[in-house]
Amino acid sequence: MTPLHLCLLISSGLFCIGLAGALVRSNTILVLLGIELMLNAANLNFIAFWRFGPSPAPVDGMIFVLFSIAVAAAEAAVGLALIIAVYRHQKNIRLQEANTLKG
Amino acid sequence: MTLALILIAVLMLGSAATAMLLRNLIHSALLLILSWAGVAAFYLWAGAEFVAFAQVLVYVGAISMVVLFAVLLTRQNRIVDVLIEPATKARALAGLFVGAGMAALLSVAVCYTKFPALADAAPQTSVKEIGLVLMRQHGGALLIVGVILTVALLGATILAATEAKRQPEDKP
Repeated sequence: MTPLHLCLLISSGLFCIGLAGALVRSNTILVLLGIELMLNAANLNFIAFWRFGPSPAPVDGMIFVLFSIAVAAAEAAVGLALIIAVYRHQKNIRLQEANTLKG
Repeated sequence: MTLALILIAVLMLGSAATAMLLRNLIHSALLLILSWAGVAAFYLWAGAEFVAFAQVLVYVGAISMVVLFAVLLTRQNRIVDVLIEPATKARALAGLFVGAGMAALLSVAVCYTKFPALADAAPQTSVKEIGLVLMRQHGGALLIVGVILTVALLGATILAATEAKRQPEDKP
């Protein structure tokens, strides 16, 4: 088993932990954090292929990850603001109870 | 080399899995911060120092604070912690089943894939080179990311700061 295989296995483990967390938990914050974990797993793959793959341009993998981190930060900020807005209406952050968009 | 990778992986995956299992939301958030720090350690291990520091700044520094504030602002009760149970046993089992199935599928796919010859050493990069590539080839994308971040943060502020109905005793 090469180091690349090991890295890919680790990142798929992180992805599956995030996926299971996002599916199982009912707390909206934890669902969002599970999605963040899945994004991080994708970033791990970018870095693993950048490090071990034969790459013509030596910086490209890092650039991918930088943009991905920036977009993930924006997503987390908007997601948590939405959670706070939903909490203000419903006084609850159970995912199952946030099933109406009327104010 | 491989031992360090395995240690980092144990830290990262262990803290992430524990965070997803715990009942206490604050403990979960703190463990997830540890997991993100583990991801940064992986980047350092792979030789991508710049990305590792970006990860520390953005995830361990900024997103963790936002998450902790969201946890604290959405507590129903100051004394008792929010306990939010999974909806039903069936849903929890189905979620775990999907996660485990996905893990098995991905592991089998990764293990049976033959990759072309691997690079021995990490590609040599410097921060200057990253900056030049970022501003030259990817200048447009950088601008778009800046616009996305600005709009997203403005939108988040507006969403979170909209005035709720005031309680009568709150009146100035």
